[in-house]
Amino acid sequence: MSGGEVTMRVITYAEAIREAMSQEMRRDEKVFLMGEDIGVYGGAFGVSQGMVREFGSARVRETPISETAFVGAAVGAAVIGMRPIAELMFSDFMSVCWDQIMNQAAKAHFMHGGAVQVPMVIRAASGGGTGAAAEHSQSLENLFCHIPGLKVVIPSTPFDAKGLLVSAIRDNNPVIFLEQKKLYKTTGIVPEKEYVIPLGMADVKRDGKDVSLITYGRMVQMCAEAADKLDAEGISCEIVDLRTLAPLDIGTILSSVKKTRRCVVVQEAPLFSGFGAEIAAQIADSEAFFYLDAPIKRVGGSDSPVPFSAPLEQAAFPTPARIEAQIRATL
Amino acid sequence: MADIQGILDNKEFMAGIMENLMLVRKFEEQVYALYEQGKLHGTTHLGVGEEATGVGSCFALKPQDCVLTSHRGHGQTLAKGADPKDMMAEILGKEAGTNRGRGGSLHIASPGNHVFGTGGIIGASCPVACGMALAFKMCEERDRVAAVFFGDGATSEGAVHEAFNLAAVWQLPVLFICTNNGYAMSTPLRKAVNDMDLTKRAIPFGIRSYEVDGNDVLSVYATVSEARQYVVSRQRPAFIVEHTYRTSGHSKSDVNRYRTREEIAEWYEKNPVSRFSKVLLANGFSQEEIDGIDAKSTGLIAEAVAYAETCPYPAATTEELNAEAYAK
Repeated sequence: MSGGEVTMRVITYAEAIREAMSQEMRRDEKVFLMGEDIGVYGGAFGVSQGMVREFGSARVRETPISETAFVGAAVGAAVIGMRPIAELMFSDFMSVCWDQIMNQAAKAHFMHGGAVQVPMVIRAASGGGTGAAAEHSQSLENLFCHIPGLKVVIPSTPFDAKGLLVSAIRDNNPVIFLEQKKLYKTTGIVPEKEYVIPLGMADVKRDGKDVSLITYGRMVQMCAEAADKLDAEGISCEIVDLRTLAPLDIGTILSSVKKTRRCVVVQEAPLFSGFGAEIAAQIADSEAFFYLDAPIKRVGGSDSPVPFSAPLEQAAFPTPARIEAQIRATL
Repeated sequence: MADIQGILDNKEFMAGIMENLMLVRKFEEQVYALYEQGKLHGTTHLGVGEEATGVGSCFALKPQDCVLTSHRGHGQTLAKGADPKDMMAEILGKEAGTNRGRGGSLHIASPGNHVFGTGGIIGASCPVACGMALAFKMCEERDRVAAVFFGDGATSEGAVHEAFNLAAVWQLPVLFICTNNGYAMSTPLRKAVNDMDLTKRAIPFGIRSYEVDGNDVLSVYATVSEARQYVVSRQRPAFIVEHTYRTSGHSKSDVNRYRTREEIAEWYEKNPVSRFSKVLLANGFSQEEIDGIDAKSTGLIAEAVAYAETCPYPAATTEELNAEAYAK
């Protein structure tokens, strides 16, 4: 980007996602959006607001409450060369169309010997903190990461959301694009002009020298709060935002860990069998292990369904204080 | 209605149908023989007795139409134009196979002929077919349909009902083709549904349905032709129930405990290949001509096996397989 011509504005995460979709739909007529209540209503979280006015109801295509049908339809349209974006109101709803995701979307390319491609995106609101209780608050990313053939993206900022979504739409694979609900209204500087952030590239959100915080999604904010507090005491945290979980940018993680010699992995999802375990395992299984001055610590959500009541919900998720405690445990 | 007399008088077309019926039958018998010889890795679902459904249906489609196969899809794939050599190579797990040995019998496909292999879940291709039809609609390809095959068992799957609803409400050019062979693996239709008239399943969705003797290849051809015409001209889905019977077992593990020898023998008498040879004899074909078609298809299958057996197996390291999981 050449400085002078680029218009930068402060917009929300939801607006950044809308802008990515709109710009791609203007650029490529094969791109279209499907989902429940995405037309005049603008989507459950308002992400597609106004889009039907510009693109019409054929390309901002409202669906019946029928996730298997429209996610499956996204697969079929993608195989024929379209680039559908399917919006699932909540990532929890993947349970009712899981076969279409896990089998039809993820395996068609491989099982046809490479002769078929499935260039589609499933966007879904993910994670907790909104008082939506156990079945509208899950962080299911690890399920998707465990299915070869799927790419999994979780942006933490408006800037990343736009650039990553453009890449996801242009990617020739099914991409699960998870949008943390609490981030929709967060703001950040985003260029108006289109740009891409390649999938599979982590981003060092904060440089540090004493401990690496490996995280993604809403937890990037939590880690930043913990890091701010420790900074005042002279403890310097590096924050690695994974942005894409699959494929994973293990190189950036290992470089950071080798530099700081300490590591805390932070995820919103339940701790047990979570994505953080994969990161810890990959670090332990690499030469970076020999650089470690302390055991790898993990912070995650409670191994319980997400509770409703506000104080209970707070107890269920990592907080800056809990992250801070684990950082201190490595020092 | 299709011009049946015109079809009967079209000798080349009639011979083509017979050749395909025999090709499918011999393909299935050959796959079974390979299994008996221990040369088949994995399992297979054969459609001996159901040849007229795949052949009659696919003959009514146009080259540009998409076919999404059922789990018993060899016949559908062959009749849509796949080369038996490539298919046999796939069955034997070879790199030269239709899916480069990545799919096998169940997922056999022929993307060049717009044939897409089924996934592992019965009926799950129906929503995918809706998406293909949606793509045709959005790209204004008005003479193109997505034809999706599934068995009677699949009509109890939610995905099928959701696809019916979506195809109807979005007016998508989908041909839903149910090959009703009376059994979902071992479960007879009467134990799976309260009303055995499967055509009624289309009624609540406002989808036009057709019903045909699936062992009569010309009736299948005529019915699917008519349904296809309706689908492209009205840009709406249609549902076709083709009644047939599988004389072969469900898969390798089937020892036929759920049905009698007599029932199988009775249906074997009604098998579509013998039945169509009688039609040919009654319409100007000589026994020698039929024997000639038989010999030709036997030759093609023998050639396919000989070719497939000489083809090399695929080779890949774990890292190479990992890289294949994603498209470039």
